[in-house]
Amino acid sequence: MKPAPFRYADPSTLGEALAVLSDEGAKVLAGGQSLLPLLSMRLAAPATLVDINRIPGLDAVEVTGDAVTVGALVRHDALLRHEGAAEVQPLLGRATANVAHPAIRNRGTTVGSIAHADPSGEMTSVLALTDGTVTVATTAGSEVVGWRDFFVGPLETSIPAGAVVTAATFPALPPRSGTAFAEVARRKGDYAVCGAGVVVTLSEDRQVERVLASYVSVGLTPEVHDLTEAVAGSPVEKADWAAAGALARTLVDPDTDIHASADYRRLLVGVLTERTLADAAAEAAGRAA
Amino acid sequence: MTTKLFGEPVRRREDQRLITGRGRYLDDIGSKALAAAFVRSPHAHARIVSIDVDEALDVEGLVAIYTYEDLTGPMAEPLPVLIPHPQLHAPRTGFPLANGEVNHVGEPVVMVIATDRYVAEDVCDRIVVTYEELPVVVGVDAAREAQHTVHEEIPDNVAARHHQETGDVEPVLAASPRTLSFTQYIERSACMPMEGKGVHARFDPDDGSLRVYTSTQASTSVRAAIAAKLDLSLDKVEVIAPDVGGGFGVKIVHPWPEELLVPMAAIALGHEVKWTEDRREHFIGSAHERQQRQEITVGYDDDGRITALDVHVWHDNGAYTPYGIIVPIVTATQLVGPYAIPVYRVVVESVFTNTVIVTPYRGAGRPQGCYAMERTMDRIADELGLDRSVVRERNLIQPDQFPYDHHLTFQDGRPVIYDSGDYPGLLDKLRALVGWDEAEKLRTEAAERGKLLGVGMALYVEGTGPGPYEGGHVQVLGSGKVLVSTGLTSQGQGHETAFAQIVASELGVPIEDVEVTTGDTRRFGYAVGTFASRAAVMSGNAIALAARGVREKALRIAADVLEASPEDLEIDAGLVQVKGVPGTSIPLRTVAVLSNPLRYAFDEAAKQATQFAKPGDDDKPPVAEGDAPGLEHRDYYSPIRSTFASGAHAAIVEIDPATWEIDVVKYAVVHDCGNVVNPMIVEGQVHGGVAQGVGGALYERMAYDADGQLQNASFMDFLMPYASEVPDIDIDHQQTPSPLNPLGIKGAGEAGVIPGTAALASAIEDAVGRRIASMPISPTELYDLVRSPDSEMTATAGRRAGTGVMA
Repeated sequence: MKPAPFRYADPSTLGEALAVLSDEGAKVLAGGQSLLPLLSMRLAAPATLVDINRIPGLDAVEVTGDAVTVGALVRHDALLRHEGAAEVQPLLGRATANVAHPAIRNRGTTVGSIAHADPSGEMTSVLALTDGTVTVATTAGSEVVGWRDFFVGPLETSIPAGAVVTAATFPALPPRSGTAFAEVARRKGDYAVCGAGVVVTLSEDRQVERVLASYVSVGLTPEVHDLTEAVAGSPVEKADWAAAGALARTLVDPDTDIHASADYRRLLVGVLTERTLADAAAEAAGRAA
Repeated sequence: MTTKLFGEPVRRREDQRLITGRGRYLDDIGSKALAAAFVRSPHAHARIVSIDVDEALDVEGLVAIYTYEDLTGPMAEPLPVLIPHPQLHAPRTGFPLANGEVNHVGEPVVMVIATDRYVAEDVCDRIVVTYEELPVVVGVDAAREAQHTVHEEIPDNVAARHHQETGDVEPVLAASPRTLSFTQYIERSACMPMEGKGVHARFDPDDGSLRVYTSTQASTSVRAAIAAKLDLSLDKVEVIAPDVGGGFGVKIVHPWPEELLVPMAAIALGHEVKWTEDRREHFIGSAHERQQRQEITVGYDDDGRITALDVHVWHDNGAYTPYGIIVPIVTATQLVGPYAIPVYRVVVESVFTNTVIVTPYRGAGRPQGCYAMERTMDRIADELGLDRSVVRERNLIQPDQFPYDHHLTFQDGRPVIYDSGDYPGLLDKLRALVGWDEAEKLRTEAAERGKLLGVGMALYVEGTGPGPYEGGHVQVLGSGKVLVSTGLTSQGQGHETAFAQIVASELGVPIEDVEVTTGDTRRFGYAVGTFASRAAVMSGNAIALAARGVREKALRIAADVLEASPEDLEIDAGLVQVKGVPGTSIPLRTVAVLSNPLRYAFDEAAKQATQFAKPGDDDKPPVAEGDAPGLEHRDYYSPIRSTFASGAHAAIVEIDPATWEIDVVKYAVVHDCGNVVNPMIVEGQVHGGVAQGVGGALYERMAYDADGQLQNASFMDFLMPYASEVPDIDIDHQQTPSPLNPLGIKGAGEAGVIPGTAALASAIEDAVGRRIASMPISPTELYDLVRSPDSEMTATAGRRAGTGVMA
């Protein structure tokens, strides 16, 4: 379990990083929490590791009224504790709290986790659920890419060779809305067997207007499911969240692995949907008041 | 400064070193050593067609490549069958490097030596081994059905048929008022020490001596094996177990191929060589345990008293049998637990599979036996509508029945005769500790919160401290330091502390003056090893006897000086004094000086022992006939048979009926290991054991696919419980001293793990009302079970629902 030989570069500017990244087989190293085990198991053998940790300016969380933008070197833990970010988009803190263990959250980066595009990652799902974007830098300049165009497959994104994701932007929680996030994992801090993030939006007269959900460890890429039809128009106190859970179960296509059958994951999709929607609706009702 | 420390919760003296990063583990040794790495079989069963190293030869830093063809003499022969047994009719062992055939994924095929481990792995990547794949046998059922074979010449895949019986079981079963039969399964897990295996070897070509450090549980026997396999004189080989980062059984197996190959390379290359096992290697290249299929028939009466028990176990021993049939024997003989079984028959068929070898993992066959017996008790109770604790109570061996002879033969070849115990006492304490009689109330409260609550219990008896022997050496120096050594190794259990407590108490010296060395063949050449909960019993008693020998000699010498009778002397706080006469004393360190008559005074203390220091008796030699210089003594403890510890566990689980997550909300342990040397260490052992018990019941399994590939060979997917998954543990003690050894102690190392699977299966079954016949169980499996039309509802669940037949 020792990595194959690789060249190591630690550029101090984004320009230098992009120059090195243009080499054949170069790979970005940020928090290293997914990449280094892959190297040690020789499941990945990049020719060059481009360590971006010394590039200034990538470690900021920028909060505006409309969105939270997370730089490529922001650690999960920093986002988890960022009060301003939580006010604008509460899902960020709620989801990062479910990312692995403190030691991993201290090093692992939120953007790195998104760029890794693991369907078992929490933050890929949150990017989708909030209809977020990533900023992709190449030597030709920077480009903003929507999540639907970014995630291509498991561990696969549309990012071109030689590019680096410099930030992820999560739009603010809409008015009269609430969120919740929950997981079932085999052990505390493990990859979720199934996770669910939801957003509930109410109308001015406190009826359910919109219900969106996204799941972790369900499907090959992050998906957002619109569950509105199951509960549309219900007064928030009377909404049948179980019906929304039942609808969700029909929309997902989970896989079987050694930790859970597809059927069990489908069960959890229903249960977690129902439970998180009840919490999110309560929050939305509070905000709508 | 305390000297009467036996039984006190003395803080572990090794922890300062071990938990502040100052332990010296295998990989901390030999920073200049060449590194070994292995090409291991990627196939579960295959013939090796060719090994092509051409592409690897130009890697910078490559030193040597070894295949089977490079092995000579005893190294070219199969590895030893460590513990032969007449019923092991078809033993098989591998070769240090595969000889034409591989029988499990991970079997070593090529050894590479290079300047460092990175380069060695680069070389491994470039070696091309061509295989011809053969049909694969995975799992105990496939082995039993024998559509394919692991070893061609063994058509039924059966390595051993272990059979014991205490009478004619069939007529008794036929005459029993009631019988029931069932089949159940238990899966594979593994020891998973934090530190894997590892070997460092250094050869001195000038004097022909070889020093080997290895992360082992048996350094003396590794030494003998290396000498035999490498054709070296025993006196030229020394083997040292440094700090060992956990063993749990896997490191009692020896010699591992690497323990022979690394020294072989060090001698051939004239350079120190080291191999440190990585985690993936540990998963696929060491050992697992626990998979069995158990077919059980029990006869019993209307009160739930067992009349006869007939058990047929199919035991998966993996690809080879280097450790003989110890695990099958332990299952067979420990299955009966604390119960009086009038007639018992057991057959264990040990079968080959194309998977990692199966050798003892903490518990070593006992968890399986306990699972068989305790689930039988649960089924009897369920059939009769009796409380599960009552059925157990009615079958217990009573305190006045000791010594209790089961008429079975244990793993040490000795009879299974329980030396002492109080099993009804354990059960009473357990019921009180867990709140057994409150279970229905708790169940109702949990139901109001939307949870399914269940309780379960399991009792066990554990044969501990098997022979043949251990030794101890105690020496008092002129400085007052007391050097203690035993050949038995340590892997973090707290031996340094417990042995120091024993010596401080026996000798009457401050514990701070006692220094303990374990597992170093330079200090003590005769030993068996640390396994089977035997260190305290075996080395503890041997060291106590050695300390008593030192005490006797010290009193004899001091009596001479003090002009008193030895019977009138005592040793306290390092001072030998006449009882009741304060001031009439001599320090023990001075006695040590006087014990060794000297010609030369190399320091102030030594001056006192030189020939003109005091008038001597001209009619006696300076060292009396039959005596020896020095205040030291060596002694051995060899038990007549094992001593039997016991205990009882109970668990309360809450299950979420929406997600089927299982939460262990209470875990209670009552534990009896006779006289306790250090209750803090015993409780630590129990905690660690319970953690592994919970792991084995709810989280861990070796997920082999049909091709024999281990799908979860990493800590990402092999789910050892974290602290967050281990419940709080309530412990109560009972002390029933062993009459078999001088200190009255019984082993404690494995106890915590034994009843976990049985107790948790019982609790989950109680909660969901469906029969649990396969362990471990995870939420996804529990979900499958509760919605399967084929799963069996328990009679108890039927009664609770008001639809069953009332007993």
